[in-house]
Amino acid sequence: MSAVTATTAPVNSGPNAVLDSWTMLRRNLLQMVRYKSLTLMLIAQPLIFLLLFVYVFGGTMGAGLPGGDGRSDYMAFIMPAIVVMTVVSVSLSTAYTIALDMEKGIVDRFRTMAIAKSAVLTGRVLGAIVFTVLAFVVVIAVAVVLGYRSDGTVLGWLGVIGLVLLMTLALTWATVALGLSAPNAETASNTPMPLMFLPFLSSGFVPTDSMPAGLRWFAEYQPFTPMIDTLRAWMSGAGAGSDAWLAIGWCGLIGIGCFLWARSLYTKVRAH
Amino acid sequence: MTTHTAAQAPAIEVTDLRKSFEDNHVLQGIELTVPAGTVYALLGPNGAGKTTAVRILTTLISGDAGTATVLGHDVSTEPDAIRLRIGVTGQFSAIDELLTGRENLQLMADLNHLPRRQGRARAQELLERFDLVDAADRGAATYSGGMKRRLDLAMTLVSSPRLIFLDEPSTGLDPRSRRELWQIIRELINEGVTIFLTTQYLEEADELAHKVGVLDRGTLVAEGTPAELKRRVPGGRVDVTYVDPVALSTAAGAIAGATADLESLTLSVPHDGTLGALQELVGRLDSEAVASLEVHTPDLDDVFLALTGHRPQPAEERPENTTEAPMTEEVAR
Ligand SMILES: Nc1ncnc2c1ncn2[C@@H]1O[C@H](COP(=O)(O)OP(=O)(O)OP(=O)(O)O)[C@@H](O)[C@H]1O
Ligand SMILES: [Mg+2]
Repeated sequence: MSAVTATTAPVNSGPNAVLDSWTMLRRNLLQMVRYKSLTLMLIAQPLIFLLLFVYVFGGTMGAGLPGGDGRSDYMAFIMPAIVVMTVVSVSLSTAYTIALDMEKGIVDRFRTMAIAKSAVLTGRVLGAIVFTVLAFVVVIAVAVVLGYRSDGTVLGWLGVIGLVLLMTLALTWATVALGLSAPNAETASNTPMPLMFLPFLSSGFVPTDSMPAGLRWFAEYQPFTPMIDTLRAWMSGAGAGSDAWLAIGWCGLIGIGCFLWARSLYTKVRAH
Repeated sequence: MTTHTAAQAPAIEVTDLRKSFEDNHVLQGIELTVPAGTVYALLGPNGAGKTTAVRILTTLISGDAGTATVLGHDVSTEPDAIRLRIGVTGQFSAIDELLTGRENLQLMADLNHLPRRQGRARAQELLERFDLVDAADRGAATYSGGMKRRLDLAMTLVSSPRLIFLDEPSTGLDPRSRRELWQIIRELINEGVTIFLTTQYLEEADELAHKVGVLDRGTLVAEGTPAELKRRVPGGRVDVTYVDPVALSTAAGAIAGATADLESLTLSVPHDGTLGALQELVGRLDSEAVASLEVHTPDLDDVFLALTGHRPQPAEERPENTTEAPMTEEVAR
């Protein structure tokens, strides 16, 4: 016995959650650089919506806003929704990449190594945060070039960044869980698609009181509405009031719930 | 290389291991022992339960009953101790195709917490050893099947494990790549690494293993050295094809134990695999009358036929799963 352990004493001292998550994060960032088409597509998605809404619908929609006047007012109105779509867009790719990992043998390889159990998933979530911040900066920069001006305070923008991070955590854990529960990568890239449409059924593009009763009820109570309203208040220099707490509450609920769901899926999914 | 093994505890010890997936009894009480420094080959057809056995031993799934110890640690209670010390190359490619070969190896080095310099050196060393230097900085997606397999194995070796599991290492490789892979595995054996491999080919087990276990429908039906197994298999024969039926029947009368097939003009002569017997047989053949000659060595089919009385069948075609399962059971569920 002692002979065996003597010759097999490993250099590795065992799982280390911080070190292993950091390694997985670097792997994911490297993948992002390699998989350029997907990376660019994800950043382009919210930009396309921005251009479409500002230049195609903007003139008419802006005139229809209460007290609003033309394209630039409409742009300021939809910016929070565009930010939310940026977060959603990146989180969707996480569902796909997680499912791809599970489909290929590489996760089985990780599982036979002394790696912190959480590292594969944590690495993905950290990667999504880095990616979202990057996409967020690009989207805001493009908007500014197109004429977007914010009346928000520094404190307000810090709040915006904080809420974006919180939304990223919540949505990414949700898409991680969806990716883990999908039978293959194909399905995983389709099942979370409704998330991309939910911002349209919120206060993001038109005021909810312009909607028919049923839709309006849905729009007022769905989680994206308080998030968008909070972002809109902070980006325009106003206070968000109770909406902020509602937005944070939703993020916490979704994030913790989906984290637990994802964790149980990850330890359970073992068939090939 | 195996001189000290008697004094050491076995690298793998399995007693009465069982595993079922619902009604499918995949492993039905496996017993085996693999001494440190030796190579054990689990030989069996599709669906025999090879991968399931490997997945239990490598802590991916747990068995339903029985015990399995790997390097002295119980698979169910001390999985991390085992994971620290083993290397696994699964049946399906476990490389990251978006990364380059070098980055894949570096990833393994980082996950094994090798210091940066040491990890880089180890990656380079393995790239050289596995003939991947030219492709080192190319995306692994562009690699050929053989190169992917080599990278897969190289990744397994980054941590210098003393016990490695190889699930069908050469399936899907062409004969040349297979020989190259065998050469690499032989080098590992010479370094004293303990190897547990699975295969569908008797030839592969014969080439590499000290001991072979024949797995059929979740049961080990035979175990022994490759030579012992082949001795139990009467599958060796020489097929002699004749130019015409007259020559065939003349020869059939002259050679004892031979069976003639008039349709294919072939005479089958039992053969024990020795050169002497072959020389004697060839000496008795009429070179004018013989069109061709083929020496047939026993393969997995012959081993199975001899040991189990049936040909190897993939799981999907198992009689228990189809004809014997009454329809009413399906309806009742
Ligand atoms: N996770 C699972 N869920 C249900 N059935 C499974 C699972 N894994 C394996 N099986 C079944 O167990 C049986 C043995 O499978 P296993 O993969 O161990 O065979 P194998 O000997 O490795 O075959 P192959 O040569 O095709 O790789 C098969 O009938 C398979 O369908
Ligand atoms: Mg298998």
